Amino acid sequence: MTSKLKIIAAAALAAVFVQPVAADNVKVGIITTLSGPNASLGQQMDQAIKLYNKLHARDIAPHTVEIVLRDDTGPAPDVARRIAQELITRDRVNILGGVVFTPNAHAIAPLATEAKMPLVIMNAGTSVTTTLSPYFARVSFTLWQSSFPMGQWAHQAGIRSVFTAVTDYGPGHDAEAAFTKAFTEAGGKIAGSVRMPLANPDFVPFIQRAKDANPEAVFTFVPAGRQATAFMKAFGERGMREANIRLIGPGDIVTDEELPNMGDVPLGVVTMHHYSSVHDSPTNREFQAAWKKEYGPNAVPGFMAVGAWDGMAAIYHVIKQQNGKLDGDRTMALLKGWKHESPRGPIMIDPDTRDIVQNEYIRRVEKLGNALANIEIGTIPQVKDPWKVFNPPK
Amino acid sequence: MATPLHPIDQLGAWHRIRPLELLPWVLAVGYYFLPNSNLPLGTEILTWALFTLSLDLVLGYTGIVSLGHAAFFGIGAYAAGLVARWLGWTEPITALIFAGAVSGVAGVISGLIVLRTHGLTLLMLTMAVAVMLKELANKLGWLTGGADGLQGIVIDPIFGQFRFDMFGRTTYWYALAVLFLAWIVARRIVHSPFGRSLVGIRENATRMSAIGSPVMLRMVTVYAISAAMAGVAGALLAQTTRYVTVNVLSLEYSGDVLIMLVLGGMGRLYGAFAGSAVFLVLRDELSKLSPYYWSFGIGLLLVATVLFARGGLLGIVDTLWDRIKRWRA
Repeated sequence: MTSKLKIIAAAALAAVFVQPVAADNVKVGIITTLSGPNASLGQQMDQAIKLYNKLHARDIAPHTVEIVLRDDTGPAPDVARRIAQELITRDRVNILGGVVFTPNAHAIAPLATEAKMPLVIMNAGTSVTTTLSPYFARVSFTLWQSSFPMGQWAHQAGIRSVFTAVTDYGPGHDAEAAFTKAFTEAGGKIAGSVRMPLANPDFVPFIQRAKDANPEAVFTFVPAGRQATAFMKAFGERGMREANIRLIGPGDIVTDEELPNMGDVPLGVVTMHHYSSVHDSPTNREFQAAWKKEYGPNAVPGFMAVGAWDGMAAIYHVIKQQNGKLDGDRTMALLKGWKHESPRGPIMIDPDTRDIVQNEYIRRVEKLGNALANIEIGTIPQVKDPWKVFNPPK
Repeated sequence: MATPLHPIDQLGAWHRIRPLELLPWVLAVGYYFLPNSNLPLGTEILTWALFTLSLDLVLGYTGIVSLGHAAFFGIGAYAAGLVARWLGWTEPITALIFAGAVSGVAGVISGLIVLRTHGLTLLMLTMAVAVMLKELANKLGWLTGGADGLQGIVIDPIFGQFRFDMFGRTTYWYALAVLFLAWIVARRIVHSPFGRSLVGIRENATRMSAIGSPVMLRMVTVYAISAAMAGVAGALLAQTTRYVTVNVLSLEYSGDVLIMLVLGGMGRLYGAFAGSAVFLVLRDELSKLSPYYWSFGIGLLLVATVLFARGGLLGIVDTLWDRIKRWRA
C-alpha cells in the first residue's frame, strides 16, 4: 500500500470515529397566516421561529432544522387542510407547527390523526381543539384560561353589570361562555351580549348597542392584531370613556405589538393574559433584547411571537430527545409533561390534556415612558384550562 | 376551403369527438401516474374545473354575467355536508346527486327572479343572493358551524370499496370521473340546438325573441343546469375535504371562478380546464416561493391576461394556430 493511500485510509477511518452520530435534517412544516388582513400575526410567528433557529441551532447539533413555511391566508380551513396534506404527503415533514386560527386547526385534526403527525399549536386558542386529535399539543393559551379568571376578577373589582361583545367563532364563544360563567356565579349580571362577524366587521353598531345597555364595563374578545386596533378605535370614537364604561377582556384586545397603533384609548383597560412584553423576568429580558437586536429597537414581540418561540423550544426538545429521528407517538409522549421557562414565566404541557398550563396575569394598560404597556398587577399561578376541568374527557 | 356545411351537418360535426378533445383527459389520467404527483392539488383543480365549467355555460355561452356563482357551489357543499353530518347520509354518490338537485332547484328559483334583469342590476342581484346565503350560513351556527366551519363529516368509501385516503388517490379518481360525466353533459348541451339558441341569446336576446325563441325559459333552464353543476362541484369539495366553511359562499370564490374562466377563455368548454389548472398551480407554486407576496404575482398575471389576451389562454393558442396555418398556406 502506498503511503498516500494509507493517509487517505487513516483519514477516512478518523472521520468515521470522530462523527459517531449521523446528522439528521428535521423538516418542520409551519402553517400560518402571511397574507391578507391578518398577515401581521403570521409574520410575528415567522420572525420568532427564524430567530429561535438562529440562536438555538447548536442546541441540536449535528442535526439541523429545515422550516417549510406555508401561508393559509387567514381563517380558511379548506386551505389549511390542503396545505397540511401537502406538507405531510409531499414535503414529508417530520412535525407540524403554527396555526393562528382555530377553524384551521380543526380542519387539520383528522389528517394529523391519520398520519400520526404531531402538530404543535402556537396560537389557536379554542378549548375543544386539543381534544380533536391525540397528535395535537398546545403551547399557546386557551380563551377559558384568561376569560374565566377575568370574570372572577371583575366581580372582585366591584363591577356588577357587564355587556359582552365577542367575535362569532370558536374562541369568541369560549371567551363569552367562560367570562359569563365565572362572573354570574360570583353574582354579577350580564347586561346584554352580541356576537360580531369574523370577516370584515364594522364595530361601531355593536359598540353603540353596548353603550345603550349602559353597563359598568364591556367585556370583549376579537382576534388579536388589526381587528383589535379597529375595535379600540371605534370604542374611543363612541365616547365610551366619557360614558364611564370600562373595557375588560382577554389580552388579545391589547397585544403588545398593536398598542403603539391604538392611541390613548386603551389607557386603563384591564385584561387577563399570559404574556406582557414588559413581564419582569430574566428570560423575558433576554428574549426582548434578542428580538430588538434582530428586528430593530422599535420591534415589539407579542404573545404570538412568544407562542411560536415556545413552540420551537418544544420542537427542539423532541428533536434532541429522539436524536433527530422523529416518531409521531414518541414525540407526543415527550411533549406530555414538558416543562419550560418561557419569556411569559414557567409553562408546562398537561400530560392528561396536551394543553398548556401557565400563569395568568392581571394587567392594566399604563404609560411607561412615552409608550403604552401592559403592566402586571397580579398573578394567578399555573392555571389549567378551566373548560377541560369542567368537561373532563369521557 | 371547403364549402360551408349545412347548419344541421355542422352541429353533427361538432358532436363527433375530435382526438384533440381527449388531450385533457389523457393528461389528467397520466398525471396520476407521475412519480411525484400532487393529488390533493389535482383534486382541487378537478373540482374547480367543474365549477368553472358550470359558469362557462351561463357566462361564456349565454352571456349571463354572474358575480355570485359561489351561491350554488356553496348550496351544494352545504347540502352534501349537512346530510352527511346530521342525517348520516354518508354514501357519497347519492349525496352528490342530491346536492346537485338542491342547487338546481335553487337555480330555478333565483333564476326566475334575477334573470328578469340584466347588466349591472343582474350583476348586483347575483352577488346579493350569494351574500345573503353566506350571512345565513354564518348565522345558523347551530346547524352549519358558522365561521368555525362544518366539522365531523364522515364519508363512506366509494362503492363500499375505495376509502378517501390521506394521499388523495381515491378523491382524485372520484373527482375526475364526476368531471368527465359533467363534461359529456355540457358538451351535449352546447352542441345541441338548445346550446346554439343560448349563443344566440348571448349575441342578441331581442332578435332571439323576435324569431320566436322563448328567451326567458331558455335562460332559466341553463341557469338551473349550471347551478346544479356548480352544486355538484361544491359537494365534491365538501366530500373530498370533509369540511365546509362559509368561504364556499364568499365573494372571493365567485371572483376566483370568474378569474379562472376569463384566464382560460370563455365560451370554449376547455377554457375551464386550462384556467383552473393554471390558476391553482400558479397559486400553489407562488405561495411556496414567496409565502408573503404571492398574491402580487397572481394579480400581475390577471392584468396581463385582460390586457393582452382577451380570449384567455386558449385564445392565445388559437391565435398561434391561425398564424401557423397562414404561414404554411
